[in-house]
Amino acid sequence: MSRDLGLENLDINVKHLTRVEGHGNIVVDMKNGVLHKAQLDIVEAPRYFEALLKGRSFHEAAIITSRICGICSLGHQLTSLKATEQALGLAVTEQTVLLRKLLIHGATLQSNVLHAYFLAAPDFLKVGSVIPLVATHPDVVLRALRMKKLANDIGDAVGGRAVHPITCVPGGFTHVPTADTLRLLRKKMVEQMVPDWLATVETMKALAGAIPVFERPTEYISLRSDGDYALYDGDICSTDTGRVPDSEYRRMTNEFIVPHSSSKHCKVSRSSYMVGALARWNNNHDKLCPEALQAAAALGLKPGCTNPYLNTVAQVVEAGHCALDAVAIIDQLLEMGPRYEKPNQEPTQFGTGIGSTEVPRGILYHEYTYDRQARIVKANCIIPTGQNLANIDDDMKKLVPEVVATKSKEEITSWLEMLVRAYDPCISCSVHMLDVEFME
Amino acid sequence: MAKPRVAIFDFTGCEGCELSQLNFEDQLLDILAQVDIVEWREAMDDKADEYDIAFVEGALSTPDCIKRIHDIRRRTKVLVALGACAVDGGVNAIKNLHPIEEVRATVYGQDQYLFPTLPALPLSAVVKVDYNVRGCPMTQAEFLRVFTSLVMGKQFEEPDLAVCVECKLNENECVYERGMICLGPVTRAGCNSHCTNFGQYCIGCRGLVSEPNLKGMNEVLTSHGLAVDEAWKRLQLYNAYRLQGVRA
Repeated sequence: MSRDLGLENLDINVKHLTRVEGHGNIVVDMKNGVLHKAQLDIVEAPRYFEALLKGRSFHEAAIITSRICGICSLGHQLTSLKATEQALGLAVTEQTVLLRKLLIHGATLQSNVLHAYFLAAPDFLKVGSVIPLVATHPDVVLRALRMKKLANDIGDAVGGRAVHPITCVPGGFTHVPTADTLRLLRKKMVEQMVPDWLATVETMKALAGAIPVFERPTEYISLRSDGDYALYDGDICSTDTGRVPDSEYRRMTNEFIVPHSSSKHCKVSRSSYMVGALARWNNNHDKLCPEALQAAAALGLKPGCTNPYLNTVAQVVEAGHCALDAVAIIDQLLEMGPRYEKPNQEPTQFGTGIGSTEVPRGILYHEYTYDRQARIVKANCIIPTGQNLANIDDDMKKLVPEVVATKSKEEITSWLEMLVRAYDPCISCSVHMLDVEFME
Repeated sequence: MAKPRVAIFDFTGCEGCELSQLNFEDQLLDILAQVDIVEWREAMDDKADEYDIAFVEGALSTPDCIKRIHDIRRRTKVLVALGACAVDGGVNAIKNLHPIEEVRATVYGQDQYLFPTLPALPLSAVVKVDYNVRGCPMTQAEFLRVFTSLVMGKQFEEPDLAVCVECKLNENECVYERGMICLGPVTRAGCNSHCTNFGQYCIGCRGLVSEPNLKGMNEVLTSHGLAVDEAWKRLQLYNAYRLQGVRA
């Protein structure tokens, strides 16, 4: 045995992990070489959104669920609107779908850039935050800010605001950007975003050596569609079991409660599964645009990837697809001629509807049941980070024994922090899950 | 003069206000040049013992929150509440309208004892708050107004007009005339009527003016044939804490 005896006992306790959205603690307890505990404790204060939704009008569902999470607000709104529209039989126009897809590209770009540059990159460069990088790598920080700004400009122009957008309502949009606004966005995307993204790929390549090597095959679940790279719509697709319609989402999530987390956990075919950019890559790499595939090749990201740390790389690859596809969508909108359409808000039925979309952190589900006054009687949301929590715990349980003999406690702690950050967890979201049948 | 030491904290909320701070892409480096950020969990690893200004997002809703906010108040000279959750309790306070045991049981069932909770409170219910930045998410322009006042050592005067005033100045068609409920008549201005500019109704996220004419709003609703009970329900979304016990 070459094991360093000093490390047979390992006690790690990171309270309120930094550079993640929300509050979580990393806890590892190893005694005499036996791992007793390696897990992410979720200590975020629960927010009980079901109490907020009960009896609320269909006009308010997306406004309220948006407030589950600032970072994922657009994703919650669109998923909520899709569920409401299905429940009430509200059809939407082609223009509405295109504008929503454009918004998703903006939000995914913004979120992926924020994560890669502001939350993950400091680890690769061994600093505590992005702030010291302002002095040491000003061009890179300015590039990150430019990209974030332009991605948010999409949210501002189409949604009225990037955080908690205003214009997205059941049945359509309260406001539609003018052709001039879209042309300006297109110009900036082509002349600024795409070159900045290519430079980002180069930066990522230079940093790739700092990404830990760790493999653990798991089940990867995302949406998949026959048409585009599925973000707005699709079937649920698992690398283990294939495609099923989103009406089967409960079977494809199986929520359960664990004592160390105010967010519920999930599993399907194995003890855990992964959602997010890496799952989308594994399921849908064939749907990415050629430029994104070239970037993946340059970064060494291969189909069937089982290293969770490479989720950040998959985010960078995906950002390029979002930028280029956003340009294609703007072209379609310009060809159609953007025009105000009164949102379709006359319910044709009252029942249950399910919405599923890919938000930056993975697949998000909302389900609502409405009464005949179009008020909510039942609601359920299943959030990506909640789905990833069991997978994070399983990664930790494999990782710690693998590295305990060769790494110091500080290095192991750093690798565990990087692991959790790689998932880009959104802890605020994960504790606001609804799973409730209201008692009348 | 030494740069003010700034710390940023979050409690129960969506962290959308902090995200809005990161979304000052054009001004972020200028803002950072004016202050030393000494603690910000969402963006950096460092922790500090004392600070000149603490920006605090989120409502208080667990025993641990109460302990932490007292600790922050002890360490800081100025405390700024960021956003609707910190200022008014925000959407979290809706749960206060339901019996707490029922709320917990519906989400966590028999495992509810694992996760303690209290009624959602604004910061000012527990500690002294020096300034408010309102909105959901916080109004970015108001944040800059408060921030510059603090850095320059000036007082910040909170607006106390209804959103209708700004909406009229922006020459928007009245939302009531379009047949929709709108909370503009009783909601505090300062957002430049951002939502109504984009065709949406005012959802009341900046909280009520200091003396809201609630009777007047009821009359406007009735004269436009809109449901008073539905409007009051919408009013509760951001004012459940303030309007405890108040009826339409």
